[in-house]
Amino acid sequence: MSPFDAVGADTPATLPRNGTGRRGDIRVDLKIIADMVRPGARVLDVGCGDGALLDHLAHHKGVDGRGMELSMDGVRLCVKQGLSVIQGDADTDLKDYPTGAFDYVILSQTLQAMRNPRDALEHLVRIGRRTIVSFPNFGYWRIRLSLLFQGRMPVSERLAYQWWETPNIHFCTIADFVTLCHELGVTVEQSVILGGSGGVTTHQSTGRLANLFGEQGVFLLRRT
Amino acid sequence: MTASSTTRPAPLVAHGNGIANLPGHRVVLGVERPMPLDNGATLGPFTVAYQTYGQLNADRSNAILICHALTGDQYVIDRHPITGKPGWWELMVGPGRPVDTDRYFVISSNVIGGCMGTTGPLDADPATGRPYGLTFPVITIGDMVRAQKLLIEHLGIDQLFCVIGGSMGGMQVLQWTVAYPENVFAAVPIATAARHSAQNIAFNEVGRQAILADPDWCGGDYMNQGKRPRRGLAVARMAAHITYLSETALHRKFGRNLQNRKSISFGFDADFQVESYLRHQGTAFVERFDANSYLYITRAMDYFDIAAEHGGVLANAFQINGKVTPTRFCLVSFSSDWLFPTPESRAVVHALNAAAANVSFVEIETDKGHDAFLLDEPEFHGVVRGFIEGCAEHRGLVARRRGGQP
Repeated sequence: MSPFDAVGADTPATLPRNGTGRRGDIRVDLKIIADMVRPGARVLDVGCGDGALLDHLAHHKGVDGRGMELSMDGVRLCVKQGLSVIQGDADTDLKDYPTGAFDYVILSQTLQAMRNPRDALEHLVRIGRRTIVSFPNFGYWRIRLSLLFQGRMPVSERLAYQWWETPNIHFCTIADFVTLCHELGVTVEQSVILGGSGGVTTHQSTGRLANLFGEQGVFLLRRT
Repeated sequence: MTASSTTRPAPLVAHGNGIANLPGHRVVLGVERPMPLDNGATLGPFTVAYQTYGQLNADRSNAILICHALTGDQYVIDRHPITGKPGWWELMVGPGRPVDTDRYFVISSNVIGGCMGTTGPLDADPATGRPYGLTFPVITIGDMVRAQKLLIEHLGIDQLFCVIGGSMGGMQVLQWTVAYPENVFAAVPIATAARHSAQNIAFNEVGRQAILADPDWCGGDYMNQGKRPRRGLAVARMAAHITYLSETALHRKFGRNLQNRKSISFGFDADFQVESYLRHQGTAFVERFDANSYLYITRAMDYFDIAAEHGGVLANAFQINGKVTPTRFCLVSFSSDWLFPTPESRAVVHALNAAAANVSFVEIETDKGHDAFLLDEPEFHGVVRGFIEGCAEHRGLVARRRGGQP
């Protein structure tokens, strides 16, 4: 158990359930992202999957939402439920969007699957006035221990792929990500660290503790 | 407005004089002021033949315009008056269908230059009283849409809730959004492109040359000489029909199977089923379509190039006075369509993204080729249904209970 794990495990009430949810609750990390978005904003969700976050944002925050998704199954699901989503590849298609076209651009659990995360991040902060990025932290202590003691690439519930089949080709740690933000001249306005078992903290630190005990990081970024 | 009555098969349209017998609505437009055309000429007065289905609501906000493809017509869900076959899009349009005639007022009109009641080369030029033939002006997709706009105004509709169509119908949809962005709430361009590709112009040229090479074409004057270029038009249709399918679909349907024989004949009869099928497609088509219309409409497709009219930048077409187009788009392509392949749709999507427009885009996995937009493709129909329902929510259209109204 880490300090971060404990927060979520012991106090689930820190994440109030929204009883008015049209299609039920969304994942904890998506809820954290949703909380960062200003009501009524224009939002682009890159790698929007089945559209759960877009749908939540549309119905709870009244956002004007758009999505991009690589998998056709995901796109069809989204469009069928009335969401504005295109089939597209974030590695190649972000360049089409004009600068400052959206209030928020969201990249949720997708950064590590991109061929060129650095270029993508540059495009994201260009297209959006604010950018929200969430990703799994490869510096998480369980991953470190797994590598240290088993000498094998870690496979967990959240990262449930063998090395030869994983779509996640560019893992990074929270420390790596913060370093890249500095290099790109991007300001971290807010960071939320999720410990194991979905536990969450509003810990603002992006330092060593977060890098060790955070299983996921959610960052709100702004061009400097 | 009431739904049109069901139609019964009518005798073949004999040059020009049978058109008046075609069922459906008709309006004469461009009477006071002829309609300007892209080639600089004018057209008018001219007739537009159209069908409507469902009821227009009180604030006239639930109208959906269906744009037909090259050889389509206004009989979207009616039995075809000439062939007696079911309507060409009854899988998409009708009560409870994705384009739900219980909820929407659906309009479809024959394009100008066509031969199913709207003025085309087969009809009499009001100036001379004789069929236009090749004196009919060369028209464009823009001209077709201009005529549709006049029809919509005639029907008292300011903004269409949705414009939807596939192939050349999709070109018209795109043209609508570019020419009249404020008058289109939602647009569904299917299996189409913002410009006709070199390969597609090439296919059209083969078809046109087949018609022109038929002695019975008579320099375009066949209707005055009691002839019809049946062979030429049939060959044009055969060549085009191949492009509507896919290698996989053709192989699945016919393979190398022989037609009513046990072995090859060492001759030039239709040994193979696929030959027999194509010949049937050709001869059947001739019964319902006019050769000069085929020339004019294929030419209109060739000339289509939205970007060319906007400084060569497609994204500019979707900006109005520096603001992004207000229309919501849903583009659909089909994975095995090699006539309007997915990259053509994707180019439009990229341009819409560059303009920061509201756009959805789906490629449907199918091996049925370009024709898939007319066929039973549940994923495709689900996408269109979802998009239209989502737009109806945004437009504030309340769904009416089914079965309550005729």
